[in-house]
Amino acid sequence: MKYTISVLVENHAGALSRISGLFSRRGFNIESLAVGITDDPAVSRVTIIVDGDEYIVEQVEKQLNKLIDVIKVKTLTKDEKLERELILIKLRVPAEKRSEIMTIADITGAKVIDISLTTMTILLADTYAHICRLEEITKPYDVLEVVRTGTIAIQKGQDVMSLKK
Amino acid sequence: MRVSKAMVKCLEAEQVKVVFGYPGAAICPFYDALYESDIRHILVRHEANAGHAANGYARITGRPGVCIATSGPGATNLITAIATAYADSIPLVVITGQVNNDQIGSDAFQEADITGASEPFVKHSYLIKDKDELPKAFKEAFYIAGTGRPGPVLIDVPMDVQMQEIDFNYPKTVDIRSYKPTTKGNMLQIKRVIKALNEAKKPLICIGGGVFSSDAVNEITELSKVMQIPVVTTMMGISAFSADNELFYGMIGMHGKRIANKAVELCDVIFLVGARVGDRAIGNPDAVKKTTKVIHIDIDPAEIGKNLGVDIPLVGDAKLVLRKMLELANKKTHTDWLNELNSLKSEETVKPVKQGTVNPRKFINDLSDKMPKNTTVVADVGQNQIWSATSYKIRDGRFLTSGGMGTMGYSVPAAIGAKLADENHPVIAICGDGAFQMSFMELATAVQHNVDIKIVVMKNNFLGMVREVQTNVYKNHLTAVSLDGSPDFITLAKAYGIPAMRVDSEETAQKAIDKLASHKGCYLVECVVDDFESTLQL
Ligand SMILES: Cc1ncc(C[n+]2csc(CCOP(=O)(O)OP(=O)(O)O)c2C)c(N)n1
Repeated sequence: MKYTISVLVENHAGALSRISGLFSRRGFNIESLAVGITDDPAVSRVTIIVDGDEYIVEQVEKQLNKLIDVIKVKTLTKDEKLERELILIKLRVPAEKRSEIMTIADITGAKVIDISLTTMTILLADTYAHICRLEEITKPYDVLEVVRTGTIAIQKGQDVMSLKK
Repeated sequence: MRVSKAMVKCLEAEQVKVVFGYPGAAICPFYDALYESDIRHILVRHEANAGHAANGYARITGRPGVCIATSGPGATNLITAIATAYADSIPLVVITGQVNNDQIGSDAFQEADITGASEPFVKHSYLIKDKDELPKAFKEAFYIAGTGRPGPVLIDVPMDVQMQEIDFNYPKTVDIRSYKPTTKGNMLQIKRVIKALNEAKKPLICIGGGVFSSDAVNEITELSKVMQIPVVTTMMGISAFSADNELFYGMIGMHGKRIANKAVELCDVIFLVGARVGDRAIGNPDAVKKTTKVIHIDIDPAEIGKNLGVDIPLVGDAKLVLRKMLELANKKTHTDWLNELNSLKSEETVKPVKQGTVNPRKFINDLSDKMPKNTTVVADVGQNQIWSATSYKIRDGRFLTSGGMGTMGYSVPAAIGAKLADENHPVIAICGDGAFQMSFMELATAVQHNVDIKIVVMKNNFLGMVREVQTNVYKNHLTAVSLDGSPDFITLAKAYGIPAMRVDSEETAQKAIDKLASHKGCYLVECVVDDFESTLQL
C-alpha cells in the first residue's frame, strides 16, 4: 500500500541528503519525494510517498524522527489528505493535430503552456490518478519528454501541520 | 579570539581532559591552539585507534570521548571507529579538519567529503562554513552525543575558518527544537509493566548496553533482587550485573550460555532493558514472540518493536524508569522458576588440551579470579571475544567489546582509552593474533604516554573465528585464514620495551596471571592455544 508522509525539517545543508540516505540505507521503497521551503524559510517541507505496510511506515516515521534536523513527521491518512502533483508533457505535434491536443487539454483540465512550429507542451496539476490518465491519453502521440514533480499533500479542513503555536 | 583557540576553549568548557588524535595540515591551527592548553593529547598511531580509544574512554567516564583527525585520509581513517561507536551507541565528538571553504568541492589536496561519507554512522554532523556557528555547534555536539541514545557526532572545520576571528561566547544552554529525547517513562505504561511482572510466573530480565548508557546498574540489580527475577544479558550488557549474583544466568545469543538461552525460551515474560534484540542476541524473535509476553524499555523509540514485536512498549531512560518501578514494586518470590533454571545448570568441564597449549576458557576464568574486582576487560573480536564473554567472571568491573560492528583491532586502543579514563583501575585487553596485528602499533602509544595496560594475545595461528566457520560450514576448506608469517610477539613486545611472557602450560599460566594481576606498567602475555580450538561449548 502507498502511504503519504509529511516531514517538517530544518532547512540545513545536508538535511535532505540525510533523509534520502535513510531511505536507501534502511531499504524503504520511495515512490516519490518532493521538497520545498515553507512560509518559514528556515523550514522545508518534504512529502514522501512510501510503498509498504504498517510496520514499514512505523519504522520510517521512527527513523525520520531520529534525524536531528527533522522537526515533525506525520503520516496523512486517506480521508484527511489532499494530494496534488504537477506534470509537464512535451509532444511533437504537426499543425493539423494541434486541435486534438487542445481538446485533450480541455477535457482533462490541462493547459497548453508552450507551442512551437513542431511541438506543444501541456501542464496539469492534479491528483496522481488524473496525472496518470493524462499520460495514458497522450501516449498515442509523439511524446518527447515527461517531467513530474512528485506528490505534495496537505490536510483537509482546519487541521494544519505547522510549527506556529 | 581565533576560531582554533575557541575550539580548544569549547573542549575546556565541556571539561574535556584527554583527547585522542593525529594531526595534519588542515587541523594544524587547532593543534597550535592546543599547545597552550592543559588538555592532554594522546597521539595514536592510526586514526581509527583514536576513535576506539575515545570509545573506551567514553564508556568508562560516561561522557563523550573526543577524537581528532586531519582532512582527507585522516578523516576517512576514522570512519571504522565512528561506525563502531554508532553501532554500540557510544558518545563521541569527532573533530576533523577540512580544506579551505572556497576549495570545498574542487577535489583539492586531501579533500574528502567526511560529513557525507560518515552520514550513515553518525547521530549528527556539522560542517562549519560560518565561523560564528562554531561555538553553538560544539555545544550541540556534546549535548547530542551524550543524551538520548548516545552516539558519535562529527564536526568538520575548514582550515580557513579555524584561522578566522570571532567573539567567543560558549552557549550555556542548548535548545534544539527538533531534538527532545523522552526520558521520563509514561506512568501508565510503568504501571502496566509492574502488573505484568507481578503476574508473571517465570519472568526474566534481559539487559543490554543501554543500562550503562543510562547508568542504571544499581537500579536493575535492586529490581531483580526485590522481585527475585533472574537476569541474562546481551554481549553489550555483560558486566551490568555481577557474575557473583545468584540471579545471574549469563549471556544469551548465538555464542551465549546454554542456560541463558534456555531461560529466554522458558520464561513467560521477558523484560528487555536497553537491549535492541540484535540478530546475534535473539536469533529467532518470532519464536520468542509466540510464547512470551514482551516488555521493552528503550530510550530510542525506533528500537522498540523493530526486531521483536512488543506487548508493553516503554520509551524512556532506564534509570528514571527503573527508579519509578522500584517505588511501586512489591517483594516477590519465584522459587519454582529459579529451581527450574538451577536444575539446568551444569558444571563446565575443563577439556584437556594438547601438550604445549592452554585451554583459553580456563585461562580467562582463572585470570578473572586473580585480577582485582574492578578490572575493565576489553575483548577484541573473534573466538577470543566469545571465550572472554563467557569465561571472564566480571564482579565489579566493566566488560567492553565491539558488540554491534564486531570491529577487529578494537581491544588494544579501547583499553588505552579505558585506562586513561580512570588511571586507578586495572585494564586488560584480550585479543587474537589476527586482531593484535591490526593494532599492535598502539603499543607505542601506551609506552609514549605511560598508559599501563595488560594485553593477552590468544595465539592460535589462525583467524580463528573464520577458520572455525570454514571447518564447520565450508568442508574445512581453509582459505586465507592462516597467520603464518606472524612475528614472535614476545620479541615484538620487548622491541617496544614491554615485558612479556609466553604461556604454554598450566604452570606458566599461573605465573602469567600473577604478572598480569600485579605488574606495574604494560605487560603482554601470549597464550598458546590449540590451532583448532573451538568456541562451541561442550
Ligand atoms: C576489521 C575486521 N575485519 C574482518 C573481520 C571478520 N572476522 C571476524 S572474527 C575474525 C578472525 C579473528 O581472528 P583473530 O584476531 O586471530 O581472533 P580469533 O578468532 O582467532 O580469536 C575475522 C577475520 C572483522 N570482524 N573485523
